[in-house]
Amino acid sequence: MSLQVELEHYRNVLIVRLRGELDHHTADIVRHKMEEAILRGNSDHIILSLKELQFMDSSGLGVILGRYKQLKAKGGKMAVCAVNPNVYRLFELSGLFKILTIHENERAALTSLEVVS
Amino acid sequence: MNGANMMMLTFSARSENESFARVAVAAFVSQLDPTMEELNDLKTAVSEAVTNAIIHGYDGDPDGMVTIEVAIEGDTVSIVVIDKGRGIEDLELARQPLYTSKPELERSGMGFTIMENFMDRFEVSSEPGQGTQIAMTKRIESKKRCTIKRIGVGPHGCRLET
Repeated sequence: MSLQVELEHYRNVLIVRLRGELDHHTADIVRHKMEEAILRGNSDHIILSLKELQFMDSSGLGVILGRYKQLKAKGGKMAVCAVNPNVYRLFELSGLFKILTIHENERAALTSLEVVS
Repeated sequence: MNGANMMMLTFSARSENESFARVAVAAFVSQLDPTMEELNDLKTAVSEAVTNAIIHGYDGDPDGMVTIEVAIEGDTVSIVVIDKGRGIEDLELARQPLYTSKPELERSGMGFTIMENFMDRFEVSSEPGQGTQIAMTKRIESKKRCTIKRIGVGPHGCRLET
């Protein structure tokens, strides 16, 4: 079991869908793909869509926190959506909800970023 | 009383083995019929311990070997993760939430905190230059036994719901 990263641009938002298992081994893939997209600069904000993320550990927290910092330095916002209970616990434990907003689905996340009328 | 049911795994300190390690432990523990949440707790704790051994214990050297010992005794799972790597100089500091010795690798510093929270008991012992050993246990509330309890047969003290 590995990790697939799907990127979709919607107006000024980059939607990042993670499918599979995010650990130390697969964190590099996420970092490279997101870093590249952030540096390319087509998107102001990021939505992490985690419906099909089956496993995550603290390496996932690290890579998400890293991208958050990168995005914040450029004035962007990050939101997460469709978080399963296991991933939710990790976010809660690490205090990541203090800096990321959480939403039920991609649409709600897009609305929160004010790109859907 | 029968002794514990045990298994032991030793594998190269390579990141691609992190997934193998947690899946192998989960497969062994599945005989206790754990809930999805319990299984995920165990997998996460194993993943943290093995990742620490690979990144910190062996500093990414794939020649290092990581050993996992798992014992099932009654409804309790004991897991020991051992490396013969560099060890931890300051255990107190390493256990602080959000502390990491490798911020450049985007480590979150949450590994020990997660293991402590997801398992019932957690202990780390380390000798600089000798290696690190992490011992953790968790009690599995078997779903099978709960079913028996619900119809009032089992002696395990589960609430009668029918």
